Amino acid sequence: MNGNSARKDWLLLIVFAVVVLTAPITLEPLGAAYPDILQKFAIYGLFAIGFNILFGLTGYLSFGHAAFLGIGSYSAVWIFKLFTMNVIPAVMFSVLIAGLFALAMGFISLRRSGIYFSIITLAFAQMSYNLAYSVLTPITNGETGLQVRHLAPSDRGADYVLKLVDEDLRLVDQAFGIVEHGIPITNLFGMKMSGYPGFYFCAILLIIGFFISLRIFRSNFGMMLKAIKSNQNRLNYTGINTRPYLLAAFVISGMYAGLAGGLLAVTDPLAGAERMQWTASGEIVLMTILGGAGTLIGPVLGASVIKYFENIFSSINDSILQNTFSFLPEIVQEWVVGIVGMFVGDGWHLTLGLLFMVIVIFLPGGIMEGASKIAGLFRKSSNSGTNPPVQQPAE
Amino acid sequence: MDAIFLQILNGLDKGGAYALIALGLTLAFGTLGIVNFAHGALFMLGAFCAVTMNKLLSLEQIILDPTRTTAWGSPLEIRTPYLEIWFGDFGTMLMDYSVPISVLMTIPVMLIIGVVMERGLIRHFYDRPHADQILVTFGLAIVLQEIIKHFFGANPIPQTAPDIVSGSANIGLWIGLGESVVYPWWRLVYFGFSAVVIFGVFAFLKFTTFGMVVRAGMFDRDTVGLLGINIQKRFTIVFGLAAVVAGVAGAMYTPILPPDYHIGMDFLVLSFVVVVVGGMGSLGGAVAAGFLLGILQSFASMNEIKSIIPGIDQVIIYLVAVVILLALPRGLMGRKGMMED
Repeated sequence: MNGNSARKDWLLLIVFAVVVLTAPITLEPLGAAYPDILQKFAIYGLFAIGFNILFGLTGYLSFGHAAFLGIGSYSAVWIFKLFTMNVIPAVMFSVLIAGLFALAMGFISLRRSGIYFSIITLAFAQMSYNLAYSVLTPITNGETGLQVRHLAPSDRGADYVLKLVDEDLRLVDQAFGIVEHGIPITNLFGMKMSGYPGFYFCAILLIIGFFISLRIFRSNFGMMLKAIKSNQNRLNYTGINTRPYLLAAFVISGMYAGLAGGLLAVTDPLAGAERMQWTASGEIVLMTILGGAGTLIGPVLGASVIKYFENIFSSINDSILQNTFSFLPEIVQEWVVGIVGMFVGDGWHLTLGLLFMVIVIFLPGGIMEGASKIAGLFRKSSNSGTNPPVQQPAE
Repeated sequence: MDAIFLQILNGLDKGGAYALIALGLTLAFGTLGIVNFAHGALFMLGAFCAVTMNKLLSLEQIILDPTRTTAWGSPLEIRTPYLEIWFGDFGTMLMDYSVPISVLMTIPVMLIIGVVMERGLIRHFYDRPHADQILVTFGLAIVLQEIIKHFFGANPIPQTAPDIVSGSANIGLWIGLGESVVYPWWRLVYFGFSAVVIFGVFAFLKFTTFGMVVRAGMFDRDTVGLLGINIQKRFTIVFGLAAVVAGVAGAMYTPILPPDYHIGMDFLVLSFVVVVVGGMGSLGGAVAAGFLLGILQSFASMNEIKSIIPGIDQVIIYLVAVVILLALPRGLMGRKGMMED
């Protein structure tokens, strides 16, 4: 790697960091400058970055990444319940557990490629989802979801039956003599992790996650992953065993998903099995594709766009629509409100599905490809004649 | 013995549904090379064809009777179904048979939907990677299911089987196993129906000229094209046929499981597992694996087995799929060269 591109990368990282950290100010005009949604941007951005390391670089389409999100959430909430409300151990633990699960799942599923890989990962995720709802209820609390609760009484008798799902221990916090009033909030050494501090915590992890992903993209390891995507057979013929590389990519992306799940629990200490459903896996695929699979910025962009529009669209209801179209004659207005009403509010998923199709049909490279196409148009008009050499694959 | 026999029976109707969906998936895959994630949505559309048919058949004439009032003081409404007014007892019978009758409507509707879907969307994805095909059909599935949700609401809509087959069949007595083996008639009907459809599809492919051309096309598309046959047109019709199979499977399944908008998704995931277990592109494999997994699932939900391995009923299908894929990479009856790029 030459010095010029290294400098470009640092520039990219700095610009990225500045954009993320100033988001509460710059997103003000868009109406998205409040902590809840900013946290979602950062968390799903991380998730998408991780997914992109697997899907974008190697081309292996996993339909089971939501399982790691759920596992991360459960792990974090258990740390909150058992040890401490401090977020550092919870986040570390969720990354670790998700990584272990990813190692096991990747070890098995990476024996196959293509659609078989997608189906096996989907099968694993559905298994986790079904188990979380049935047998694992002592760990997951089933449909209610796992929550941080009040402390179990400290003077428990010998015959006291402790129900860990409903009562918490928080051994470490107790050892430090932290007094709780009501249900405690997650904190970072005393700093409450709700609102803007919570966002900044997620944002800093997002920047670190982005940096790691940038390093992976530029490393030999990243080159190897890209080689797997373009032609795995040829790599095998040259005597390279690709599976360790794939497994490493799978585990890394699983850890990102676990981190995202842990952060979801940090910002709202509640974990439910619906996070593992395969629609959630589909959503992360959409985020990555919408932004541009295989690009650095794309996944974060895609995640933010989807979460932003989800927020906007699902908050619109019929009375807002009626106000908006009140300038129309009444019959036309009713008609328009009926049609538009299908796509907003509860109908947000319809818009999402349509968006999904439109993106895959017309812009498989996502927003990043669209942007570079537009940029290409401008460049062509300014200095025509210097066509870049078209790369021909050597067959 | 009785219990085992009963579990096999229990698996048959679900297995029938899996087999029918998997058959359609395999047809679409074997002919057009398309991985269709919207196939479950077609099953769901079929189920809602039955719901619509029922609604149409039970349209009611409402007459206000001002001489009598309800408990709330408003005039009493007398509701009489139009069919009863027009045809008398025959009309009541028609209403009773709404689910089987709906199959008649489902066939043309699904054929049109299938052909439109293929011409309008799938056609553009022949040469795209499988990942793109999965994604675009996944998007389509979401769209279809949200549209249904918009018009029919989010709650399951129960449908009733015709009166004559609403009870249980005393199968045990027929084959001398004792009276403990009873089985709902409609499920038996469903199994018979799915068997007929499956044999119909196989016979169609095996014994008609059209089927012969399609099989030749599945084997070597280019050569068939070179012989001057418009194989594309036939494949489009096969896709429509696959949609019909999924649709009637859904319509007939409504008395067993009240359909809601995401019934298709639930079946789709399982059916894909079925297809992969059977072997991508193998029609016989899809059918065999469908019934096999249906029966396995019903065995796993026996209390005796659940007490040994808790939760096994929830995961058995996925577990079997993982094991089979690792042991037999091409599935039970997969052909060489299918999806191995």
